[in-house]
Amino acid sequence: MQRIGVFVCWCGSNIAGTVDVEAVAEALSHEPGVVHAANYQYMCSEAGQNLIKDAIREHNLTGIVVCSCSPRMHEATFRKTAAAAGLNPYMVEIANIREQCSWIHKDKATGTEKAIILGRAAIAKVTLNAPLIAGESPVTKRALVIGGGIAGIQTALDIAEAGFEVDIVEKQPTIGGKMTQIDKTFPTLDCAACILTPKMVDCAQNEKIDILSYSEVTDVKGFVGNFHVKIKKKARYVDETKCTGCGLCTEKCPVKAVPNEFNLGMDNRRAVYIPFAQAVPKVATIDPNHCNMLKNGKCGLCAKLCTAGAIDYKQQDEIIEREYGAIVVATGYNPIKLDNYDEFAYSQSPDVVTSLEFERLTNAAGPTNGTLLRPSDGKHPHTIVFVQCVGSRDTSGCGKEYCSKICCMYTAKHAMLTREKYPDTDVYVFYIDVRTPGKNFDEFYRRAVEEYGVHYIKGMVGKVAPQSDGKLMVQASDLISNEQLHIEADMVVLAAAIEPDKSARPLATMLTASMDTNDFFTEAHPKLRPVESPTAGIFLSGACQGPKDIPETVSQASAAAAKVIGLLAKDKLTCNPCVAHSDELMCNGCSSCEKVCPYGAITYLDKEFRMPNRTTAIRRVASVNEAVCQGCGACTVACPSGAMDLKGFSNSQIMAEVDAICKMK
Amino acid sequence: MGKFDREQILRTSGVDVLKCMRCGKCSATCPSYDEMEYHPHEFVYMVEKGETEKLMNSPSIYKCLSCFACVERCPRGVEPAKVVAAVRAQVLRQPGECRLSPDDIPALLDDDLPQQALVTAFRKYRK
Amino acid sequence: MIFSYYPGCTLKNKAQDLDRYARRSAEALGITLSELDEWQCCGGAYPMAANETGVRLSSVRALMAARERGQALVTLCSACHNVIKQTNYDIVRDATFSERANNYMAPEEYHGETQVYHYLELLRDVVGFEELSKKVKNPLTGKKVGAYYGCLLLRPSKALQMDNPENPKIMEDFLRAIGAEPVVYPYRNECCGGYVTLEDRALAAKKSGNVLASAADTGAELLVTACPLCLYNLTKTTSADQKLPVLYFTELLAEALGVKD
Repeated sequence: MQRIGVFVCWCGSNIAGTVDVEAVAEALSHEPGVVHAANYQYMCSEAGQNLIKDAIREHNLTGIVVCSCSPRMHEATFRKTAAAAGLNPYMVEIANIREQCSWIHKDKATGTEKAIILGRAAIAKVTLNAPLIAGESPVTKRALVIGGGIAGIQTALDIAEAGFEVDIVEKQPTIGGKMTQIDKTFPTLDCAACILTPKMVDCAQNEKIDILSYSEVTDVKGFVGNFHVKIKKKARYVDETKCTGCGLCTEKCPVKAVPNEFNLGMDNRRAVYIPFAQAVPKVATIDPNHCNMLKNGKCGLCAKLCTAGAIDYKQQDEIIEREYGAIVVATGYNPIKLDNYDEFAYSQSPDVVTSLEFERLTNAAGPTNGTLLRPSDGKHPHTIVFVQCVGSRDTSGCGKEYCSKICCMYTAKHAMLTREKYPDTDVYVFYIDVRTPGKNFDEFYRRAVEEYGVHYIKGMVGKVAPQSDGKLMVQASDLISNEQLHIEADMVVLAAAIEPDKSARPLATMLTASMDTNDFFTEAHPKLRPVESPTAGIFLSGACQGPKDIPETVSQASAAAAKVIGLLAKDKLTCNPCVAHSDELMCNGCSSCEKVCPYGAITYLDKEFRMPNRTTAIRRVASVNEAVCQGCGACTVACPSGAMDLKGFSNSQIMAEVDAICKMK
Repeated sequence: MGKFDREQILRTSGVDVLKCMRCGKCSATCPSYDEMEYHPHEFVYMVEKGETEKLMNSPSIYKCLSCFACVERCPRGVEPAKVVAAVRAQVLRQPGECRLSPDDIPALLDDDLPQQALVTAFRKYRK
Repeated sequence: MIFSYYPGCTLKNKAQDLDRYARRSAEALGITLSELDEWQCCGGAYPMAANETGVRLSSVRALMAARERGQALVTLCSACHNVIKQTNYDIVRDATFSERANNYMAPEEYHGETQVYHYLELLRDVVGFEELSKKVKNPLTGKKVGAYYGCLLLRPSKALQMDNPENPKIMEDFLRAIGAEPVVYPYRNECCGGYVTLEDRALAAKKSGNVLASAADTGAELLVTACPLCLYNLTKTTSADQKLPVLYFTELLAEALGVKD
């Protein structure tokens, strides 16, 4: 017979406000098996924990139920408490009477009644608990960073700095990401390339870092500490080890009219190319969609020119398989497509550009060598209209519900830099709100207004009408002066909303990492575990978790690195003992469980069994690899014969909980 | 009275004025803006605040062209034109209220005026 | 192929050209437009007040009549098109309206079963512009034509689902199919002034004038429309120096197909 103790927490007024905690303790003290019941103001405090420890010793408790907050919050705390008092930590059950009861009920009588029912269910469950011993698994001391933008770079550098090996997988031919396309950074206006490219070089030179550029993750197996990952290294038709990055092929290639992704299609590159001068790795890549040699075997000029003999038209995609202890997602963002916003004439006029395109038009390495010229006629624009929130904060179904966060600041930067370089240019910024909560951010925006004379207008643009004379007629509202404005502009710049990179969704599926409805990765706790995915061993860095500017991305990247280092520093990880196991006598070898297991933890064995009349038979039965099993329980539901069960969450325990809840008293 | 009108207008329009984030895109896009005393974004805001009397007494309610530009372009799905229509309905549904009488028609006719204009005007100017 | 056809009041009176050329062209394209037996005026404007049920009943009846015949319903006048399509959209999504409207229809019920095509959609989705171009006898080669959509054909796009409301191409594709050269100008989906012409002619003149100016600025020699009221406002309220010829699109279609006279 179990001897169970019940401990009801007030959580200050969080629980006690809508639940009569004394009544709960009193009611639960009469449940079968309960030998002790107490309540206390803060059960998680040291005094509260001591109360539990003392009770365990004094009453020889064999199991305890803590009626408190969500197990996600303090289950680990109370397990430690129990262990300290000599009780097996898996003899602890939590009845969540805060999130699932006191916080959602207003009426105290209802709240109390429900708390008692939840407590009863937990008592019914703990009665059937068995002590569990957690096993251990080794940790592969190597990390994988997916995405080589500033987030991935910073995370990799920090992990390498701590002495661990780390691989960066980047789908583009070079690392660097969006930051390489940016000209200056707010609020200090230092040059993005000047602060980013040294970090890129550091990655290339660091012995601990292996850059797998032009590569993609195709498969992930395993679990925290022991991931097994397949990476496809796409054929770039250039031997990376031989190419010196001299660039001769990229100058002589006869295919000249390939839209240049780096400049967002505003100029052209060759079929063999190096994205930009500071690319890392600085090696050429042949674009198979445009190379004549690869398309129809007619050319071969680059191979003839290359003194290093690096060109290899026969190169194939290669699959690399590696083991990792931790995986960091740093897949970044992209501006949204503006197909749903044709009122701004983006698809009708080349002089309507996105902010990222504007960034290229002002960048010394951009298509205009840094001189701001209109894409249509190459003339200096004299009136520029910036439109904020294009596709952000949009609940109409055309755009994104969220605020893209970075647009207010980069627009202020664009407006300020334009006025500084071309004082004869009139600059208008249409805003709904100006959001500048960051260190020196509001001061920066005010400088744009007060020192640089940028016209900030509270209102929105309704329509942009391109005219035959090349002007763009901008129709907008000025809500403060209450008038409709008609501005003849030379250029219109749209602050397009940002969204997670399209590669994030399939990657999340591979990682079994959760995402929100906008395809941003979900963090394990929005406040207390912001850089971890709820899936153990998966960490989040940068804009894949939500819109972020560079300072914030770098902070989060380092935070993710710290978490990875903490993990890789351990030699062994304690496994979750709440794993599946199969009753071999009941298993009929149907493979249902194997098919649903997301972790590949189930295999089948041919085993000899004794049968009646001293005969033996070979039967195929399921076997669970406890180190790989994550205890999700999918197999227990799929098993038709009831052979598969989950330790700590057995079918009989779940049924006992349901019975306790349904029982009328 | 203002409170009653407000509730009526909200019900007639079916619009949730609280969804408005005050961006002013409706007024940026409105083709009748210059003819209006109160503009589309003000209709939404003033109905929210219960200042319905000012709106009901304003000729602005007859200036909406029902072109749906504000409905189409509103990033929050507010549908300001429906608020304008509801304020107008609130006026025209009062006893004796009528903007256009059949007797007015002959004077307005010309040889080319399509029936569509008359039918629509009757829809907009009468109960 | 036989389609139910809802001409609407104006097409029986001031806009007979729009109707006549549409019927002749359809015939030439192997399509029979079978006019509904007893249709009533659509009301000209879709009521924006959510609690106006009665004025939408004529549309519900027309949609039901087409359903009884087992045919899709073709509309032509932009206003009728707008009202009937919005009715068809709302009766599926607005439970209150559906219940009230169906109270009038008892014992029968209507729940949005009928497919509604604007004549242009019929050309695009049923005939196909490529097929249409093959049947052209007198291509309108070299004619720079601006398509004037106005508002009723496209908005609200959720209900009408005809084309991109901000950058449509159905009329331009149509013009290309009949050999003309479409001119894209930014005001093609801005309002002409609509019914307000009745009490504020100056407003209609201003709005229509903006449309004409924008079209002329981009080099259009001629405008086509599907709306009698747009045609009226564009041609009758504007000043002499602003005028561009404006025709119903069906007239150009009939001309191209060689069935105009």
